Amino acid sequence: MKYAYYPGCSLEASAEEYDVSTREALKRLGVELSEIPDWTCCGASAAEPVSSLLTLALPARNLALAEREAPGLDMLVPCSACYLNHLRVGRECASDRALPGRINEALGAEGLRYGGRVRVRHLLDVLAGDIGPEAVAARVNRRLEGLSVAPYYGCQALRPYALFDDPEHPRSMEPLIAALGAAVFDWDMGGRCCGASLMATRRDVALVSVAAILDAAAGADAIVTVCPMCQMNLEAYQSQAHHADTISVLYLPQLLGLAFGLSDQQMLLGKNLAVTDALKAKLRACEAASA
Amino acid sequence: MKNTRPSISFTPAPLAFKDQELAAAQDMVRACMQCGTCTASCPNAFAMDLAPRQMWRMLLFGLTQEVLESRTFWLCSACYSCTLRCPRGLPLTAAMATLKRLAAAEGDSANRKKALFYQEFMHNVEQNGRIQEMGFMCHYFLAMHDPLLPLEYTPLGLKLLAKGKLRLGGRGQRGRLGPLFAKVRSMEGAS
Ligand code: SF4
Ligand code: SF4
Repeated sequence: MKYAYYPGCSLEASAEEYDVSTREALKRLGVELSEIPDWTCCGASAAEPVSSLLTLALPARNLALAEREAPGLDMLVPCSACYLNHLRVGRECASDRALPGRINEALGAEGLRYGGRVRVRHLLDVLAGDIGPEAVAARVNRRLEGLSVAPYYGCQALRPYALFDDPEHPRSMEPLIAALGAAVFDWDMGGRCCGASLMATRRDVALVSVAAILDAAAGADAIVTVCPMCQMNLEAYQSQAHHADTISVLYLPQLLGLAFGLSDQQMLLGKNLAVTDALKAKLRACEAASA
Repeated sequence: MKNTRPSISFTPAPLAFKDQELAAAQDMVRACMQCGTCTASCPNAFAMDLAPRQMWRMLLFGLTQEVLESRTFWLCSACYSCTLRCPRGLPLTAAMATLKRLAAAEGDSANRKKALFYQEFMHNVEQNGRIQEMGFMCHYFLAMHDPLLPLEYTPLGLKLLAKGKLRLGGRGQRGRLGPLFAKVRSMEGAS
């Protein structure tokens, strides 16, 4: 299995642990990643409030590069906002026949051409669909017994295009968590918005969402995420959200890597902003049990 | 602060652009049947002054000024719940973003300030190719002219610093997006 890889800006900087754990976990699963050369920012959640054409032209540039440099490969994207931005280019071109021409006129400034041939895939889609829980279970050598994990999906991996999961009641992470030997924490906040960029523009409003999510996770050992913005909102503002106890928040591939026997250091667990001693103790117990 | 760029990207836009954006927003919600599902689905509705359902109606009635003075669309976090659930299948998240663009172009100073976050972000992308998170936040704080704002973010900044997360992203794409931005700007008719 091979994919064209679009890490996105966050994974190069503040979410380095997501990039490293994604690469490491996928390598153990026999997946090859070919990073798209010279990729640029997809516009995140800031392009659409500024320019409708730029909203599509920025991701289309990366898609054009992928078509040229990695023909025939699906594009794997770990960030949900980047994923949706790239995905919607094809979707919108399908419903507006003038759009591909406009996009290509813009990309012509750099001699690039978007042909709509790249399939855009979220990391979670690839893990749950292409790789699957059996293949994941086969790599596990440190079962995460006794760990209760709350799957957090956020918004843009699920909506508005419900391609690989139920957009209201997502479940795709559950078989993966179970494959690691951990228990799935039963809650209904997996698809609730984390506040996204409101955390920067209207923090008071975003904190209401974060508090609701953290409160609902009480009793879980960890929340796992599949997006750097969700991760940051849930891990960095726990005290402001008036949350009584810290709740560990990990990226899904970090959890995979730990169950595959990779160390805390290899999964850059030290970069996470919310990892409790209780979780670390449980991880050590899992380690001892499998030794 | 050294500020060498000509003006904030994409604003102010010429009148034709504003009319187009307004018409686009109205078209998006033309088929609204006022059921209220969008309002009920919105995680941020509690903080809005106009309920989304109500705002669509006002937009269609031509109460543009009242709509643009509202804070409702600025509170959209693009969760796509309303878009997913609207029984008429209307692209409501896109309509919210269109109103953000319109409000930024419309000229009212409160709206312009709210648009700054997005514009500073895009300005950073235009210059660097890949967003430089730290530089962007510094610029944003300066542009907001709010001396208390950076303080609000100091605890987070210190946390990130301690974790070695305030590092610079790749610099190799600096300037790469200049031609694309310029082309889009000329295509959209903004100066
Ligand atoms: S959900 Fe759709 S039809 Fe119902 S009020 Fe909202 S926009 Fe109108
Ligand atoms: S997309 Fe925006 S307006 Fe719609 S429900 Fe989500 S936050 Fe509310």
